[in-house]
Amino acid sequence: MSIRVQNITKRFGAFVALDDVTLDFPTGELVGLLGPSGCGKTTLLRIIAGLESADGGQVLLDGEDASDAHVRERQVGFVFQHYALFRHMTVFDNVAFGLRVRPRQQRPGEPAIRARVHELLDLVQLSALANRYPTQLSGGQRQRIALARALAVEPRVLLLDEPFGALDAKVRKELRRWLRQLHDALHITSLFVTHDQEEALEVSDQVVVMNRGRVEQVGTPYEVYEQPASPFVYGFLGAVNLFHGRVQDHHLHVGEGSLPLGHNGFQPGAEALGFVRPHELDIETNPAGNAGIAARVERVLAFGPTARVELTGAERESGRFYEVELSRERVAALNLANGQRVRLKPARIRLFAPEPRPAGRTPLPAGSLIGVDGEGI
Amino acid sequence: MNTSAARRVLPGFPLALGYTLVYLSLIVLVPLSAVFLKSATQGWESFWAAISTPRVVASYQLTYGVSLLAAAINAVFGLIFAWVLVRYTFPGKRIVDALVDLPFALPTAVAGIALTAIYAGNGWLGQWLQPLGIKVAFTPLGILVALIFIGLPFVVRTVQPVLEDLSTELEEAAASLGADRWQTFYRVVLPPVLPALLTGFALAFARAVGEYGSVIFIAGNVPMVSEITPLLIITKLEQFDYPGATAIAAVMLVTSFILLFLINGLQAWANRSHGGG
Repeated sequence: MSIRVQNITKRFGAFVALDDVTLDFPTGELVGLLGPSGCGKTTLLRIIAGLESADGGQVLLDGEDASDAHVRERQVGFVFQHYALFRHMTVFDNVAFGLRVRPRQQRPGEPAIRARVHELLDLVQLSALANRYPTQLSGGQRQRIALARALAVEPRVLLLDEPFGALDAKVRKELRRWLRQLHDALHITSLFVTHDQEEALEVSDQVVVMNRGRVEQVGTPYEVYEQPASPFVYGFLGAVNLFHGRVQDHHLHVGEGSLPLGHNGFQPGAEALGFVRPHELDIETNPAGNAGIAARVERVLAFGPTARVELTGAERESGRFYEVELSRERVAALNLANGQRVRLKPARIRLFAPEPRPAGRTPLPAGSLIGVDGEGI
Repeated sequence: MNTSAARRVLPGFPLALGYTLVYLSLIVLVPLSAVFLKSATQGWESFWAAISTPRVVASYQLTYGVSLLAAAINAVFGLIFAWVLVRYTFPGKRIVDALVDLPFALPTAVAGIALTAIYAGNGWLGQWLQPLGIKVAFTPLGILVALIFIGLPFVVRTVQPVLEDLSTELEEAAASLGADRWQTFYRVVLPPVLPALLTGFALAFARAVGEYGSVIFIAGNVPMVSEITPLLIITKLEQFDYPGATAIAAVMLVTSFILLFLINGLQAWANRSHGGG
C-alpha cells in the first residue's frame, strides 16, 4: 500500500517537530527515515500510524485520507524501539494477540490462530521459544517477536521505530540483514526510523534524510551518499572534512592554502564551504608551497582494510581537525611520523554556500568528522 | 546449615532472621496469643455462648460484609483514581495527589464526626438525600461510606507505582494490533496491575474490618442492624466481661487471618499467571 503525507505540521509547545512535510512512500518499498535525534522522524512515523495527530496536513493511505482514522482502523503494524511486548503473555500469546482481539465474526478459530502463529514464529526463526515469556528472551529475539506480532494482523504497512536502537552492535548488524531479507520475501510497504546512517544506507530502498522537522533529501542510498543535496546531508552521511574559504581563480582559498576547483557556479570572491570525504583526500609529505592545506599528523591508525590518519591544522589551531583515509600501502609508502607537517590535497571537492542561519546552529552534528568506525559504507 | 551459611553471599542471614522473629513475636504474636489465652480461661460452653449470640453473629455479618463491599468499591475506584494520577496532567494534580493520603493521617474519630455531620438528615449532603429516601447516617450505608473513606489510599498507593512502570507503549501496541479500549484494559493493563490491586484490596479490607473510630459515629450502633464487631468488643470490655470480649476478638482474628491468607494465595496466583515469567 502506498503512503502519502501531505503538508504535515506538528508542534509540541514552541518546538516545531514537523514543518510542512510532504512525502510519498511507494508500495512495497523499504524506506529509511534518517536524521539526528529530535529531527521529527519518530513523530512523523507516529502520525502515519495514528498514535499521534498532526496539527495540520493529511495522511493518505492508498490514496484515502486516513487523518481521522484511529490507529485500530489503519491496519498498520508498529514495532517499538523497546519492543513493547506484553510481559505477562508467552511469546505465542503475544503473537496471537492481534488475532484474538478481532471482533467475533472476523476472528479465526483457535486452530487457525495456532497455525498462523507458528507460521510467523517460523518466519522469525523462533518457533522453539513459543512458550517462553518475553523476559526470558534476548533483545534481538524480543524484537523479532515484536515484528512477528505486528505481522500477525496482516498490516498494510509496517512501521518500525528505531527497531534496532536498543541492541548491541553485532546483533544490530545481523537483524539489519535479516530485516532486509524479510522485506524481500514479504514486500510489504515498510518505513523505519533510525539515526544510524549506516543502517539506513544498508537496509533501505529509499532514504529520507530529515533535519529539524524538514526533509533535507529523498533518494536511493547511492544518491544521498554520492550526491548530497545539502551540507547537512553531506555531514550526516559519513565522515567529512570541512574547508571554509573563498572562491577565486578556480581555487578555494582557505587561509594561506588553496584547493583547485573544477567548474562551479560560484561568483569570484564568494564565500564557500568545501566538503571532502576522508577517502577523497591525499597527503603530500613536502610541506612547502601553497597547494593544498597545511596540516600536522596527529595519529596514524593503520589497522583494518584501510588506514586512517588524523590531522590537525599546521599550528594546532583549535577547531581544525582532518581525517584522511588511505590504502595501507600508501600509508606505508608515506612513512608518516606523529607531529610531521604535511599538506592535504583533495581529489574531489564539493562546494556549498554557507547557510545564512544563526551562528548557534552547527551545520554538522557533533562527531560527524570522526566517521563510522572505519566500517565503510 | 553451617556449610550452606558459609556459601551464602549476602551476609547476616541468621542475625536478620533472628531479629525478625523476635520482633514479630514481641510486637504481633505475644499480644495476639494473650487474646487466645484469655479467651481460653473460660469453658468451651461460655466461649461458644459469647461468640454465637444472634447479636454477635449479626455484627460479624455486618463487619465483614460491609468491609468486603467497601474494599471492592475502593479497588474499582482506587484503580481509576490511580490511573488518572499517573496518566494525565491537569492543574492541581499535586494537590489531588497529596489529598489521597489524608484518610491515612486524619484521626478516624474526626473523619467519623465529619462524615456524620455531612450525611445526617440536616447535613450538607444528607438534606438532599433524605427527600430521595436515602438515609446514610446511622445506617449500614453510613458504615460503608466511612469504610470507603478510610480504605481509598491503600488501593491508590499500591496501584500507582505499578501503573507508573507500565509503559504507554504497551497500550499503543495493543491499539495498533486492533484491540479496542476495553480489550486493551483487561488484556494488557489489568494483568500486570492485578497483584498490586489485590494487595490494595487486602489492605483496605483489613483496615476496614478493624476500623472503629470513624464507624461508631456514623453507624448509629443499632443492635442487629448497624453494630460492628469491634464496638461489641469494647462494650463487653466496659462491662468487665474480659473473657467474652477476648472470645469475640479471637473469632475476628481467626476469620481475618483466613481471609487475608486466601487473598494472599490469590495474589500469588495472579503473580504467577500474569506478572510472572
